[in-house]
Amino acid sequence: MRTEPIVDGAGTPVPVARAWHWGRWVAAAVALVVAGWLAYLVVVNPRLDWDKVAEYLFNERILSGVWVTIEISVLATALGLVLGVLVAVMRLAQNPVLSGLATFYIWFFRGTPVLVQLIFWYNLAFLFPELVLKIPFTAIGLKWDTNQVMTGFTSAMLGLGLNLAAYFAETVRAGIQAVDRGQTEAAYSLGMTPAKRMRVIVLPQALRIIIPPTGNEFISMLKTTSLVYVVAGHDLMTNASQIYKANNRIMELLIVASVWYMLMTAVATFLQGRLERRFGSDAVRLVRGGGVAAKVLPKVAA
Amino acid sequence: MSAGKDRGAAPVVVASDVRMGYNGVQVLNGVNLTVAPGEVSCIIGPSGSGKSTFLRCVNGLEPVLGGSLRVLGEEVGHTLRDGRYHPWTPKEFAAFRRNIGMVFQRFNLFAHQSALENVACGPVHVLGMSQDRARTLAMEHLDRVGLADHAHKRPHQLSGGQQQRVAIARALAMKPTLMLFDEPTSALDPELVDEVLEVMKGLAAEGMTMVVVTHEIAFAREVGDRLTFFADGVVVEEGRPRDLLAAPEHERTRAFLSSVQ
Repeated sequence: MRTEPIVDGAGTPVPVARAWHWGRWVAAAVALVVAGWLAYLVVVNPRLDWDKVAEYLFNERILSGVWVTIEISVLATALGLVLGVLVAVMRLAQNPVLSGLATFYIWFFRGTPVLVQLIFWYNLAFLFPELVLKIPFTAIGLKWDTNQVMTGFTSAMLGLGLNLAAYFAETVRAGIQAVDRGQTEAAYSLGMTPAKRMRVIVLPQALRIIIPPTGNEFISMLKTTSLVYVVAGHDLMTNASQIYKANNRIMELLIVASVWYMLMTAVATFLQGRLERRFGSDAVRLVRGGGVAAKVLPKVAA
Repeated sequence: MSAGKDRGAAPVVVASDVRMGYNGVQVLNGVNLTVAPGEVSCIIGPSGSGKSTFLRCVNGLEPVLGGSLRVLGEEVGHTLRDGRYHPWTPKEFAAFRRNIGMVFQRFNLFAHQSALENVACGPVHVLGMSQDRARTLAMEHLDRVGLADHAHKRPHQLSGGQQQRVAIARALAMKPTLMLFDEPTSALDPELVDEVLEVMKGLAAEGMTMVVVTHEIAFAREVGDRLTFFADGVVVEEGRPRDLLAAPEHERTRAFLSSVQ
């Protein structure tokens, strides 16, 4: 906003009046009143026992639940990322069977609710009571009881990881396709095979485009893990629910769980910001680095 | 400008009636062209005449659909075995391209690598050379194109002319027997064209076999051993650059030359 006086034709400085923006003040006041009233209703509610919130915030079972939630999130995300790259490369393959299977995988896992998938993996024993790994036509091999393998933890990791892979594959595909076609041609002209071109030239560039959105995937994963409570995965939500089922302090424990989820999200958001600063500017350069856009854009601007 | 040229020796490129098209549009309508070892063969022609497509066919980036295209003694894309031509696998294409350097209009430097890494990339990942040896080799090639001081810059930190010189160094690091240039100066600002042409002249003087698709008529006249004029997917006429530029026989050639000069 200008504060320096405007010099009129006669050479006299004339002060600039302040603009008051009455509309903004009114809107802000209304919004504050509504938000404050809602917060007041919750905070001073006599049925809500804040002492219980404080008591359970650092409860041992809650803390171990937080840890399990972090473990599941990290492992499921790792599984999703690795598998997602694989599915994306298959999706882009010349082989119609591979690309068809990848398309089906993406459709299937995006088309069914995560909740259904979690319950499915947890109950895998109904279909396969035993998991057998052996050399065909021999007796050499290993055998496990499905119910012992498919604990809440492993079915959570599998369910969330396989699901993320389907979403992540589409992100990777977009990243790969954003790498200029000329990079592939240059790699071929040096005598690279398609696989080497993908590994040495295309994927490293695509990953710089793909990495920033993975932060989002991880943040969303932190909270999606709360679904794990249907398979009793001993995560934050499972443990909180077990406590409130015993003492009936549902609201207090939901607040405890929410505080931890918000804290984890805040940390993850901070890390994501660093990741984006590290890779973001590079990604822009890479996309603009060549191809038609680089040729056309400056001309349009000029 | 003909150090190693020898039109008597087995030709490096022999195109006979090469045809190619896609989506129902015929791009090459029967191209006939021969490149002898050590020769600098320049190709000119209006845009859409198929000259770039032909160049891309020579190293197998585009498939030949009719006729015969023999490069370095091999039928591009196929191997004769038991009386039939078998299509190449990606590996066979890769092995074939190792001996052919290609320089693109838009440079196509690997955007995530420094100039040095770009040049060392082929020797390391294709020839299996050790990092140390490849870097020494890359430094020599960068020095040769006058960019040793810029070895650790990324492509986006270099001017167009510098990028194209890195691209030439990258191709040369593979020790190719044939170099293809696809309009190497068309994407450059006018003041950057000469530095790239100078590098190409040096290469020609050393006897490198080169096929150059270009709009630089002066370069073709000065450096070229053969000049070929393309139009509508065929060779309209060819000859020694001075002769062809001084006295073009066909009306299309005359019209094109008067439009670019």
